[in-house]
Amino acid sequence: MTDVQAPLLTKKDFESDQAVRWCPGCGDYAILAQTQKNMPTFGRKREEFVFVSGIGCSSRFPYYMNTYGFHSIHGRAPAVATGVKIANPDLSVWVVTGDGDGLSIGGNHFMHVLRRNMDVNILMFNNRIYGLTKGQYSPTSEQGKKTKASPYGSIDYPLNPPSLALGAQATFVARTIDRWQKHMAAMLERSYNHDGGSFIEIYQNCNIFNDGAFEEYTGAEKFSNVIELKHGEPMVFAQGTKGIKLDGFKPKVVDMEKNSIDDILIHNETDLDLAHIIANWTSHPTLPEPIGVIYCIDKTTYNQDIVNQIESAIEAKGPGNVQDLLNSGDTWVVD
Amino acid sequence: MGKTFKTIDEAVIRFAGDSGDGMQLTGGRFTETTAIVGNDLSTLPDFPAEIRAPAGSLAGVSAFQIKFSSKDIHTPGVNPDVLVAMNPAALKVHQKEIIPGGTLIINTDAFTKKNLKFAGYESNPIEDGSLDDYFTLIPIEMNKMVTAACEGLDLSPKLVGRTKNLFALGILFYMYDRPLDATEAWLKKKFKGKDAIIEANTRALNAGYNYGDTTELFMTRYKVEKASLPSGTYRNMNGNLAASLGLLAASERSGLKLFYGGYPITPASDILHMLAIWKHFGVQTFQAEDEIAGIASVIGAAFAGKLAVTATSGPGIALKGESLGLGVITELPMVVINVQRGGPSTGLPTKTEQSDLNQALYGRNGEAPMPVIAPATPGDCFYAAYEACRIALKFMTPVMFLSDGYLANGSEPWKIPNVDDLEDIDVKFAHDKNSENDFLPYLRDEDTLARPWAIPGTPGLEHRLGGIEKAENTGHVSYDPENHHRMVELRQEKVNRIQHDILPLEVFGEDHGDMLVLSWGGTYGACRSAVETLNEEGKKVSHVHLRWINPLPKDLGEIIIGFKNVLVPEINLGQLLRLIRSEYLVDAQGLNLVRGRPIGASTIVETVKKTIG
Repeated sequence: MTDVQAPLLTKKDFESDQAVRWCPGCGDYAILAQTQKNMPTFGRKREEFVFVSGIGCSSRFPYYMNTYGFHSIHGRAPAVATGVKIANPDLSVWVVTGDGDGLSIGGNHFMHVLRRNMDVNILMFNNRIYGLTKGQYSPTSEQGKKTKASPYGSIDYPLNPPSLALGAQATFVARTIDRWQKHMAAMLERSYNHDGGSFIEIYQNCNIFNDGAFEEYTGAEKFSNVIELKHGEPMVFAQGTKGIKLDGFKPKVVDMEKNSIDDILIHNETDLDLAHIIANWTSHPTLPEPIGVIYCIDKTTYNQDIVNQIESAIEAKGPGNVQDLLNSGDTWVVD
Repeated sequence: MGKTFKTIDEAVIRFAGDSGDGMQLTGGRFTETTAIVGNDLSTLPDFPAEIRAPAGSLAGVSAFQIKFSSKDIHTPGVNPDVLVAMNPAALKVHQKEIIPGGTLIINTDAFTKKNLKFAGYESNPIEDGSLDDYFTLIPIEMNKMVTAACEGLDLSPKLVGRTKNLFALGILFYMYDRPLDATEAWLKKKFKGKDAIIEANTRALNAGYNYGDTTELFMTRYKVEKASLPSGTYRNMNGNLAASLGLLAASERSGLKLFYGGYPITPASDILHMLAIWKHFGVQTFQAEDEIAGIASVIGAAFAGKLAVTATSGPGIALKGESLGLGVITELPMVVINVQRGGPSTGLPTKTEQSDLNQALYGRNGEAPMPVIAPATPGDCFYAAYEACRIALKFMTPVMFLSDGYLANGSEPWKIPNVDDLEDIDVKFAHDKNSENDFLPYLRDEDTLARPWAIPGTPGLEHRLGGIEKAENTGHVSYDPENHHRMVELRQEKVNRIQHDILPLEVFGEDHGDMLVLSWGGTYGACRSAVETLNEEGKKVSHVHLRWINPLPKDLGEIIIGFKNVLVPEINLGQLLRLIRSEYLVDAQGLNLVRGRPIGASTIVETVKKTIG
């Protein structure tokens, strides 16, 4: 529970004594630093945070957070986190995963934790490559990707994570980028404040096996290639020079010099149809890459419903008595 | 009429029919009444994996056997004295098992040309004389009987026809002198609000009873006197319910709320069903998306401080293997129930087997020792589940509970225990730092080697668990070779130390002799019955039953030395046998029958005699 008397903590309070062992230059450093910086701003006790991860480079994350943590096994972090959250709904539970861990081996759990609206915060570091196993293509790698496992180019089509999350009935879907620190801070905060399952895809550069995968969104041209979604605001990008209009269900980029702001599509993060449209802009040849909160609605959480069911059962039947239960049914006495 | 009563010690009856004939229900009602009149009893439900195989097919035959007695019995018996066959397929499947001279009660209305052909009969066995020499044949037109009994009721002929199982039950109640009132009361409850159905079934039940009374087909009735069970209040109990109650009792006595995470699978699903009802006990049940999520959620809940449990069968354990290793290395308390069924792969989902012992002991990567406990009887599932929880919590370890389909679905009279009399379960969460300035999550208790349980939410004890090898005491990630060796040994040593916390073995019979029958799990009853028979014949044979298989009890080696021979009956190809041979260097022999059914006591008797004469 959020405590009004919560002690004032700093970033340092969230740094563990373990040496961070990602490759120098890895995008994970930026995400770790930003998370450690954000945590104290939530005004919650440190012992109430639990970070759960699977396997992969990103999944080493909990070791570096001075909170409760669980580095579990490949793909299963959402299921472990589910157990933690049901067992103690008062905890703030975070899942740290990657594109391989979360979408390949753990795809099933990813889908169901979102479907249930389990109140956990999923941070998926998407570097579009398998880093820890040294560079095989991942479920988000583009088709044709040449890796050790695909010397002639990968023939797999990539997944679109926000579309998948929306399809799984997620109640909070957002995207940010490792190099967009302020933006990431805002997304972490939104995720924390969302009462329900939340999914943030974080584009993360793997400078060893997939360097520059997101260069378009972090380099000199980033403002031309990225659109920052803001609820209730028109969808303009490229420093206000371009906007997006809907032609039926088809979005198209227009020049703002020739179009009125009034004709530009307004972002509404509670509109599921719009969210699906926006999610489809991922890696689109003509549309900018959307970042920000794509979708966010309120819906009862699984963890709250399980509490409610137990409470109403107790109300209806009275608190269970084990001895009475043992004694129930057809009984007979032997003297 | 001159009907006579004959008092007998025990009887075995079997109801067999189509999946839709309600044989499990009929057997269940006979069992309940038999329990209430005070006999000792043991049951064996035997149903197909298909929910509804084609009506009249051999694959669709469902059966229920019960043995009841005025004496203390341990098994549901093998060969029935009475077979109720509701159709030709049921007769075909079961007739070879009736004892010579046994009674066959047959619903002749189902012996149509089509059904006979479907069951593979070229001529009608009721009419061609093929059964007459061997059995007492009682053909009854049951459909006609219930139609007459239900005359005037506003029910379709189809619904009326469905009451014929109650008619058959009425006949058996007459034969064995059992009251109808418990079944009548049950019908009222079961079909509450459906008065016509209650009336039809009640009439069918009474019609069956009266039919037995008025015809001259049943000139002898049988009395089975009350069994002299220890004094107390009893109820009939099956294994899955007993296990569920055991978990709940452990929750109560440990003060921890129960968390159950699992995926439906035969024959374990009833545990999920029962726990899901007990929400007013604070029980949390989570039906996961798959077996792996089931155990992963259990690991999460255990980390967060619950009494965390999952239940599955062999295929599920296979899927959970990697996670169980995580449970072992993170040293969190949890109970993993495997209600064994026939394998490999999908195998025989509704049949019993003991073939997952190796999987329980060794089915994980790396050196991943896990304590393994197995209940002996349906009622014992309560105590074994309680014990599994107690050890898991005391030693901070996953515990494997190996039940089986026979124990899970079989039932016996069960003396209701007092929850307060059960052994204490003392749980202490860590609240303070345990070294100078630090909290060491892997600093161990000197006696049990258990590590402290510090749950999220506890200030100052923040720590990280995980599947990478842990440094001793600190629990930090460590790749140090010496540390790894030490931790492998410590995890094994911790399990070994459970030996000091479990009861010594009980030798049934002399502590030396010609043969020791050594059993584990659901073969307990057959082994005990066999040894009783052999002792009555003067054979020097004793019985030891293992409850804990890992660790093996420390007195087992000494006991084995006292016997010239050791026989290990198992429903597998010798999984405990090989363990015993390697652990104690003894030339033990196996009795291995893997037919998806319990091993009969008489088979064990014969095998022992072959060796010792």
